[in-house]
Amino acid sequence: MDKPEKTMMKGTDAIGEAAIQAGCRCYFGYPITPQNEIPEYMSRRMDEVGGVFLQGESEIASINMVLGAAAAGVRAMTSSSSPGISLKQEGLSFLASLELPAVIVNINRGGPGLGNIAPSQGDYYQATRGGGHGDYRMPVYAPASVQELYDITMKSFDIADLYRTPVMILGDGMMGQIVEPIVMHARPEVDLPPKDYILDGAEGRPSRIVKSLILDVRLMEEHNWKLKRKYDLMRNELPMHEEFMTEDAKMVVVAYGTAARIAKGAVNRVRSNGLKVGLIRPITLWPFPDEAIAGITKRAKVILVFEMSTGQMIDDVRLATQGKVECEFYGRPGGVVAAPQEIARIIERHWLQKEL
Amino acid sequence: MKKVFTRPECLKRTPFHYCPGCGHSIIHRLVAELIDEMGLRGKAICVPPAGCAVLAYNYFDIDVCESAHGRGCAIATGFKRALPDRFVFTYQGDGDMAAIGTAETIHAANRGEVITSIFVNNAVYGMTGGQMAPTTMLGQKTTTSPFGRRSKVEGFPLRITNLIAQLDGAAYVTRTSVATPAKVMATKKAIKKAFEIQLQGLGYTLVEILSPCPTNWKMTPVESFKYLEERMEKEYPLGVFKDITKD
Ligand SMILES: Cc1ncc(C[n+]2csc(CCOP(=O)(O)OP(=O)(O)O)c2C)c(N)n1
Ligand code: SF4
Ligand SMILES: [Mg+2]
Repeated sequence: MDKPEKTMMKGTDAIGEAAIQAGCRCYFGYPITPQNEIPEYMSRRMDEVGGVFLQGESEIASINMVLGAAAAGVRAMTSSSSPGISLKQEGLSFLASLELPAVIVNINRGGPGLGNIAPSQGDYYQATRGGGHGDYRMPVYAPASVQELYDITMKSFDIADLYRTPVMILGDGMMGQIVEPIVMHARPEVDLPPKDYILDGAEGRPSRIVKSLILDVRLMEEHNWKLKRKYDLMRNELPMHEEFMTEDAKMVVVAYGTAARIAKGAVNRVRSNGLKVGLIRPITLWPFPDEAIAGITKRAKVILVFEMSTGQMIDDVRLATQGKVECEFYGRPGGVVAAPQEIARIIERHWLQKEL
Repeated sequence: MKKVFTRPECLKRTPFHYCPGCGHSIIHRLVAELIDEMGLRGKAICVPPAGCAVLAYNYFDIDVCESAHGRGCAIATGFKRALPDRFVFTYQGDGDMAAIGTAETIHAANRGEVITSIFVNNAVYGMTGGQMAPTTMLGQKTTTSPFGRRSKVEGFPLRITNLIAQLDGAAYVTRTSVATPAKVMATKKAIKKAFEIQLQGLGYTLVEILSPCPTNWKMTPVESFKYLEERMEKEYPLGVFKDITKD
């Protein structure tokens, strides 16, 4: 790709193509709506680039195939939607402890249980709190456009290698299905550490072990602290967010992913009526952009958190703002997608009630 | 002077933690000898189980990747697909292979993954203290089948090896035992054959090895080898159930 040109692309295809361009050569996954277009895309593209596409017998098998490929030193990914991501949690915990790089896409659907196949943000806690067992964290990105899906998918593979960690991309059915013009640029140069941990047969070198069983509690404690130091580094280096019309805002909406797109429409609407309202959109959900959110407390009087859930990210917003500003919440769980008008009405109501 | 007996090179100088009389020690040795003899050290990747053999990496001086309980065949699939010219094998117990990992095992076999599974059947969960396994025999007492396994309550022992022999992706499927020195040698031959078939790229290979767990069978090593031959081999007949190089 010499000259960047615009192409129309569907969200799921953008994820797949970015992965291919990032050098991902192993995809393992199990079908589940609304993300089937990712395995479908990968089944064609992997064949073209001489990579591996394999439909696993379950999400459990698929994440473990990813683990094997990652330990073999090949860039590997899997994708699924909420119920399937629940099944991958054991594997995520192992990847985190074994310090193996992998990219996991969750196209979040309505839940809990089998739920439905509509866009939802009900998996925020599971994604950011370490849905698997043990004391681990994992970078979680929440793109909000097809371009960002492409860019962030590409970046995720570098982040995974850089920190030797699983990385999650959290989207929803809307993000996956939307078609937008994007520029497919080449992968940026990134300095990556050598993969001196991989298992590819001990030819001409001492044998290696990839393991997480550490029976000596002091050594296990040390392993946990080592991971913690890595997570601290991530907290410093990874947070990303977008600010929209926040400079003079008396009220700031905080929303991510699809909810942020809707909120942006709402902010535009109320702005045209003279209401000084802005938007902060966390792009990383873990590490959470605490500083950016804390920064609002110096300017705005009210924060309105909008999520397509009954309220999960609001906990992180409250932690970041430390009670210095009022936090209101509006949610549409279960797969309901609110229109910008609806969010605009909620903004206006709070504006009047708070006499801003 | 001619050396007639020595430690295999790909066994580390670490004493086994296995109980006296445990079959795992014998089987580890056979695998290590074959890796030496077949010159596989430089291309071998081993995926041990969650089970008594979880610490296999302390013994095998080859590349080893831990697995979550039962996921060995999926992890081995990931390795083999990523690195098709390497030699990949899982080492699994009966709980790992035939209870929690049944799906991973059967589907890897059915896809004809070019890997080998060394399946150590001791009819109990050794590591966790002797609970009932899918392979526990009718009437056999374990800590969770204290009255002896009853078909009406706990179901029947699972002969997963016979099941896998039905699958088109399986290339070589056999059951052996370590009850006597002759049977140990036959086991070594079977593992060798499985390894060779993997190297030829012909499909999935499985060697089930009946093996004593004197500790959880609550027997002396001598009693346990007798029980292995007289009871277990009746329930789990030895033999080659599939060999595509012959059939
Ligand atoms: C998900 C999960 N469930 C349960 C366990 C506990 N566990 C470890 S090994 C094992 C059974 C081992 O039995 P087997 O596979 O027959 O191997 P053996 O020790 O007899 O060789 C169990 C239940 C675990 N580690 N992980
Ligand atoms: S508990 Fe049984 S299987 Fe485990 S090491 Fe002891 S004898 Fe072997
Ligand atoms: Mg067992």
